[in-house]
Amino acid sequence: MNTSVVSIQHNLLQKHRQDSKERGHVSIDSVGISFGNGPDRNIAVHETSLNIEPGEFVCILGPSGCGKSTLLNSVAGYVKPTTGRVLVDNAEITGPGPDRGMVFQQYSLLPWKTVLENIAFGPRLAGHSAAECHSIARTFLAMIGLSKMEKRYPGELSGGMQQRVGIARALANYPSVLLMDEPFGALDAQTRLMMQESLLDIWSEFGTTVLFVTHDVDEAIFLADRILIMSASPGTVIADLKVELERPRQSDMATSDLFISLKRTCLQYIRAESMKAFEQRECE
Amino acid sequence: MSYALANKKPEDNAPESIQAPIKQESTATGSTSVSNNERMANRMSIALKSKQTQSIVVGILSLCGGILLWHLATLYNFNFFINFENIPSPLNVADAFIGHLAEPVFYTHVFVSIRRILIAYGMAVLLGVAIGLAVGRSRLARAAVLPYIEVIRPIPAVAWIPLAILMWPTEESSIIYITFLGALFPIILNTIHGVEQTPEVMIRAALSLGANKLQVFWHVVLPAALPSIATGLAIGMGVSWFSLLAGEIISGQYGIGYFTWDAYSLINYPDIVVGMLVIGGLGTLSTYLIKVITRPALRWKELQR
Repeated sequence: MNTSVVSIQHNLLQKHRQDSKERGHVSIDSVGISFGNGPDRNIAVHETSLNIEPGEFVCILGPSGCGKSTLLNSVAGYVKPTTGRVLVDNAEITGPGPDRGMVFQQYSLLPWKTVLENIAFGPRLAGHSAAECHSIARTFLAMIGLSKMEKRYPGELSGGMQQRVGIARALANYPSVLLMDEPFGALDAQTRLMMQESLLDIWSEFGTTVLFVTHDVDEAIFLADRILIMSASPGTVIADLKVELERPRQSDMATSDLFISLKRTCLQYIRAESMKAFEQRECE
Repeated sequence: MSYALANKKPEDNAPESIQAPIKQESTATGSTSVSNNERMANRMSIALKSKQTQSIVVGILSLCGGILLWHLATLYNFNFFINFENIPSPLNVADAFIGHLAEPVFYTHVFVSIRRILIAYGMAVLLGVAIGLAVGRSRLARAAVLPYIEVIRPIPAVAWIPLAILMWPTEESSIIYITFLGALFPIILNTIHGVEQTPEVMIRAALSLGANKLQVFWHVVLPAALPSIATGLAIGMGVSWFSLLAGEIISGQYGIGYFTWDAYSLINYPDIVVGMLVIGGLGTLSTYLIKVITRPALRWKELQR
């Protein structure tokens, strides 16, 4: 009985892996986002266009306040672009939906649901039976290595564990895109490195498109296939760098020549943009 | 002999077995530090328990002291600014209370009051939580309801008595109305507060997991508001007793408030205090019951580290 449930899950995952080669194409089509009207109008994102291929791991890197989270939120559907449009697999985004899993920087698990219920929440909303929801949730709990924690409440877990559950919760809907908004920003440096490695493990198993916002250059290089650097406000993509480091990524790659030269390039862009942002603030 | 040996080192054996899976190299110093920790924890829990007993003992002593002062004041007819000459002594009150326990009419008074509380409080909970949720979630509901709350809330329930008697067909319904009003506002205000506290990021997370508005409300907003709603329910219970008594003193033929006021009119002074103490006891008991009933829904909060 139990083994059959696991094998069904395995098939679902298998099917998802095949699909993910065609699913998860993100197209941001001359998107501009501004808030407010008249003289108070604040342009957060300025005319940005980009294409992300299915299965790609893309990091959006930029100084704080450059609009990178706003851009991500427009893909998530929380923010409606003022101009242009966002397409995922050729369908225009009109609001949040389970096809785009979201992981936040703040802890966003529902504290009154157990770990298992939190992960099963998406499948439950999708109308799966209780037994199915639990078996899906258990598959993902095993994937993040927290099977023993299923009956715990989020408040009982460490920050790193909570974020792993957050990732599992987003993946339990088999989304075509995983959106991550500085998910490890609140964690300590050690936990952070561990989480980056385990995210890459999960991603290699799951094979979905990832759009990952960060202001940490090392994190972006370590994780991404592609790094998009955003300028200071109004934000727009000013550089599109390929990360040619081989996979699976190892932590000692951080000292390789390729890593260091990429880091130098990123830092130059970021420094120039931070200076510009700083001067803009001084002028105001 | 072997018994003595086995008895000698129980705490040195136990922690080692606990420690083994955590640390591979469990050294002698490691195990002693754990057993020290355990001893410390034991000592702390003993200290905590003795502190609790101490508090209880001090509480009881303080209460006895108060009753003794009351007794002395009535015994010597204390009369300096406040007057104890007509105040019944604690013994008289106890006598009267025991006497009433044998009378069916006393139970009728208590029963009538409890029934009024159940009806009025029940309606206040249903309406208060519903209004609070609506105001907390909808801008329009807020705009429509908030002016009423601002105007009516500061009016004490006692001030409603004349109008309530004019408005409602029976005395019973006017008393229930006053009791209901007392409980309503704390429940509404705490529910609104709870709804407003819902973290936006949790709502966004639920939307991204495929929840519609109703599901967001049911799975996110309502549970997030529950702790605050529970507080409102407990406060509302206290205020409803307060309002009930005000209503019963002015009108009615039964009820513990009527009993108290009637005792004053009939110059039956010990019964005044009996009535007061019964009111206090029922109020405390019912608030405690509300806390016990709402506790299971808040279990997740207690487990937070």
